[in-house]
Amino acid sequence: MIDLKGYGPELLDGAVVTIELAFLSLALALALGLIGASAKLSGNRLATGIATTYTTLIRGVPDLVMMMLFYYGGQVVVNMLSDYIWETYEIDFFFQFDPFISGVITIGLIFGAYMTETFRGAFLAVETGQIEAARAYGFTRLHTFRRIMIPQMMRHALPGIGNNWQVLLKTTALVSIIGLTDMVRVAEEAAKAERMPFHFFIPVAFVYLSLTAISELFIKWLDKRANVGVIQGG
Amino acid sequence: MPEFIAQWLNQNEIFTAMTIMEYWNGLVNTVQLVFLSLVIGLICAVPLAILRTVRNPFVSGPVWLYTYLFRGTPLLIQLYIIYYGLAQIPGIQETFWWEIFREPFYPALLAFALNTAAYTTEIIRGAIVSTPHGEIEAAKAYGMNWMMRMRRIVLPSAARRAVQAYSNEVIFMLHSSAIASVVTIVDLTGAARNIYSRFYAPFDAFIFVALCYMALTFILVFAFRKLENHLLKHQRPVTS
Repeated sequence: MIDLKGYGPELLDGAVVTIELAFLSLALALALGLIGASAKLSGNRLATGIATTYTTLIRGVPDLVMMMLFYYGGQVVVNMLSDYIWETYEIDFFFQFDPFISGVITIGLIFGAYMTETFRGAFLAVETGQIEAARAYGFTRLHTFRRIMIPQMMRHALPGIGNNWQVLLKTTALVSIIGLTDMVRVAEEAAKAERMPFHFFIPVAFVYLSLTAISELFIKWLDKRANVGVIQGG
Repeated sequence: MPEFIAQWLNQNEIFTAMTIMEYWNGLVNTVQLVFLSLVIGLICAVPLAILRTVRNPFVSGPVWLYTYLFRGTPLLIQLYIIYYGLAQIPGIQETFWWEIFREPFYPALLAFALNTAAYTTEIIRGAIVSTPHGEIEAAKAYGMNWMMRMRRIVLPSAARRAVQAYSNEVIFMLHSSAIASVVTIVDLTGAARNIYSRFYAPFDAFIFVALCYMALTFILVFAFRKLENHLLKHQRPVTS
């Protein structure tokens, strides 16, 4: 077993932070993706326009730049807001914009855009006959969405969600740059203090590697379940 | 219109000629870093992808391991390992390599090139593997040997199938290059960070740089669309 020079518990805490960050961002990304895809397919010009602008903007800007914009800019906005609330209502309101929250918001927003594209493709893959049948049974739009569209599109969306999740997991490393004490940050500090970069970064790399490997297996299993009713050719 | 811009430039305190030059230098650094790493990555990726498709596991195995390791870990960690790690290699400080790797640009270039080579290898491998069997059979029937088949049949047709995925990788690389700023390289993001900390103006500094990246992205998307149209000309539907 390698000697982590007493940084072991900290690294473990950092790993937990990384995982929490990844799951919360995934939840936000999935929600945004569903909303975005529905907006793109709604036929409403305004909704389509907003969703298209959102996905185009996000895909043009690096994740790190966006993260810094939200982290440093977010604090400025919160400060202005709290000043305004103090001046108008005399309520003392302060909110520290921490790296974890800006990390979740940024990663969620970025992958929400990718998920929008994934879900859009998956929704389009659901046969129109299914939707017509649901209408014929008197399902409301929401009901059709929940009972017919979601279960059937999941099969098509899963590979895309899987890919996005793998990329998302690796993107969480960036939040260490704006100061979140995740495992990358701990490893960096330890490596600098002990002057042993390989000693600390390689174990962290292997944690990421095992996380992606485990996710791969889990996604394969989910995929098998989602495709249980489908006979594959070949 | 130019008068309006000149007026606006005179009135604001942040976007002076000085800071614009800083952004420009950052842009030059970013473009250099991304371009060089993509070129090196692509040059390495083609032979690696061919080795990856070889049946012998002792040949394809190491390549698989390389791509698996570099695709399974964050680029930031790879950058840290190379940037901090190179200096720790015993004896490197006495060799001429130290003159090169002392500056942050070259470790970053090495990390980016290795990373993009891994992704590109897998893209090209996918394209090679999906070559229609008939094409290879026809080449064999014409008496082409392995080398000629690769050069004349497999690789050109694989390039057509890989170009779309590769364009995504190029854009991905451009965006990933923003992390070069953490190892003290003043690229576009590095310039934005400097300007942010000098003026405490997050919106001006970062939104401007976001627009720069967006412009670069759209130029790349446009260029690749042109290239795709050119390469896939034979597949275009016939129009009267």
